[in-house]
Amino acid sequence: MKRGAHTRTSRRASVAWELAQAGVVLLAIVGTTALLLAAGGYAVDSGLAALWRGSMGSWYAFTSATLVRAIPLMLTGVSVAIAFRAGVLNIGAEGQLLAGAAAAAAVALSLDGLPAVSVIVFALAASALGGAGWASIAAFLRARFGVLEVISTIMLNFIALHAVSYLVRGPLQEPTHVYPQSSTIGDAIHLPRIAGAGRLHIGLLLAVGASVVAGWVLRRTAAGFRLIAAGESPSAATSAGGIDVMITTTLTFFVSGALAGLAGGVEVLGVTFALYENISPGYGYTAIAVALLARLDPWRVAATALLFGGLEAGAGAMQRDAGVPSTLVTVIEAALILAVVAVGALRRRSSVPDAATGPIAA
Amino acid sequence: MTDVVEPLLAATIRTAVPLALAALGELLVERTGLINIGLEGAILAGALGALVGASGHGVALGFASAMVAGMVVALLFVVFVVWIRADQIIAGTALTLLSMGATGTLYRAIYGSSGAALSIPTSAALPIPGLAALPVVGTALFSQPPITYLVYLLAPALAWWLASTHAGLALRAIGDRPDAAEAAGIAVDRVRSLAVLFSGALGGLAGGTLVLAQAGTFAEGMSAGRGFIAIAIVALGRWTPLGVIGGALLFGAASALQFAFQAMGWNAPYQVFLAVPYLLTLAALAGAVGRARAPASLGQALEPRR
Repeated sequence: MKRGAHTRTSRRASVAWELAQAGVVLLAIVGTTALLLAAGGYAVDSGLAALWRGSMGSWYAFTSATLVRAIPLMLTGVSVAIAFRAGVLNIGAEGQLLAGAAAAAAVALSLDGLPAVSVIVFALAASALGGAGWASIAAFLRARFGVLEVISTIMLNFIALHAVSYLVRGPLQEPTHVYPQSSTIGDAIHLPRIAGAGRLHIGLLLAVGASVVAGWVLRRTAAGFRLIAAGESPSAATSAGGIDVMITTTLTFFVSGALAGLAGGVEVLGVTFALYENISPGYGYTAIAVALLARLDPWRVAATALLFGGLEAGAGAMQRDAGVPSTLVTVIEAALILAVVAVGALRRRSSVPDAATGPIAA
Repeated sequence: MTDVVEPLLAATIRTAVPLALAALGELLVERTGLINIGLEGAILAGALGALVGASGHGVALGFASAMVAGMVVALLFVVFVVWIRADQIIAGTALTLLSMGATGTLYRAIYGSSGAALSIPTSAALPIPGLAALPVVGTALFSQPPITYLVYLLAPALAWWLASTHAGLALRAIGDRPDAAEAAGIAVDRVRSLAVLFSGALGGLAGGTLVLAQAGTFAEGMSAGRGFIAIAIVALGRWTPLGVIGGALLFGAASALQFAFQAMGWNAPYQVFLAVPYLLTLAALAGAVGRARAPASLGQALEPRR
């Protein structure tokens, strides 16, 4: 982290540095994709062209495909980023997203009749509370019994999936009891679309807002300082900083869960308009890649979520138009994460060979 | 009575076998202090490896190539986590993601995006003379594909190996005090690498079991979270081989009961059965069910290389 640089030139230099890094990442993605396409015997040019067309090739593709997918990735990405920064290995964003989606659907369907705006606000608040509540189970187990959150959040992801499966066949099932899904939420309670931008809804503002605020909190506030200190060296934070690490990490866990839950609520009110089992194509897991590529910085998450949203949108087009398996994009995402952690680990080793390092300084 | 219990028991064993295989491997890894989230990827790679190996070459080669495929994923874990010292949770997650993408892509590239229905040789049941004729439990336990008997043998063998051999003691020492183990002259990195490779082979076998002894074909993402369930089973089994078998049977029974309920058309929320083993695992982790003791260094960042 090269910060503390407030002069104009150094700020301009750091912006240039960020852009250069983004350029390298983009080049790496294009290069890896081309390599994989060639290795698989697919036409490289038409594959790449389809990837572009499906993600950025038109205003419609950019807004209705890329940005719509970027919204849940941004919210869950920020969720993962702040948790990891605090040393909380929350890989339960998927379960927290599902809990949030279920809470939002339940509230939106049961409050039908109140003024639309208030229903939307309540439903989104419920989704954040649902996600935070789901995360609080793992947070409690960690704080009280020292249970590794890596394992407990995986368990909670499965339990959330089974719980949603139960809800959409039980209490929340649509009235005809035919389909395993909830009723459709009334038009008035849908998140408003952004004019002239296809299916893009105002959840984008929430997601960008979350990224901006979280980044600001980490950079500029005492709470952010405590969070980072607790993550980088819990013992030093306690002894030298007088920080209550348990309270800091537990609160971070709540906020992380709330953001992932909000992603679920935004998805229900803005995209799916109903609750069903496969509401998330693994956003909570992709979020880990999004956060890591952003080197756990919420501001950069806005950019990496956009990138991954574009990749996922383009994958479909690649399959449709060029016959390339859409799963190729998953390979690229995984390769990106591995490259990022490997570079981080190697750099750490060469610069500070014996220093005790934070849990994940990616 | 028998006609209810016997199929239920058989279904329990069938579900439990791949889970037990994967969990026994993960058990050794966790006893060295590592958590291999990439296990799910090894299972998936094993499943595709089994399909490719068995197509035209028979069941035995199918299992062999399943093992190799699982070990390839495990080797990547060794490279990133043990050699490069990248974060194990992140590397494991990425490897699972990588396997999902790579198996899907390879499968579609080799067999076409439609995923043409394939018929491959499958591993037939091998009744054990005498035992298979036992009432109630006979066919369920002793008229199984050979891979099931491997699990019966492997669990006690591992239990003995961990408890009674010098190598087993060294492995456990690493999980509890890696620095002390290193100081005592144990090649920590080498033991960890071998444990991960071993778990990759078993994870691959688990995937091979799904294809060759159960489904008879491959489907994208067919591991369906079994690698994560295996991690749960290790915790539920309190990091012991026999406990792992118990945990695998519990998860197997939950799934068997769920199918039984659905088949009988009972309008019970069967999801409860599916969720119960996870809840029990959480309870076990919190120390509510017996005394769960994780290896002391489990999941911690690896010490810097010296």
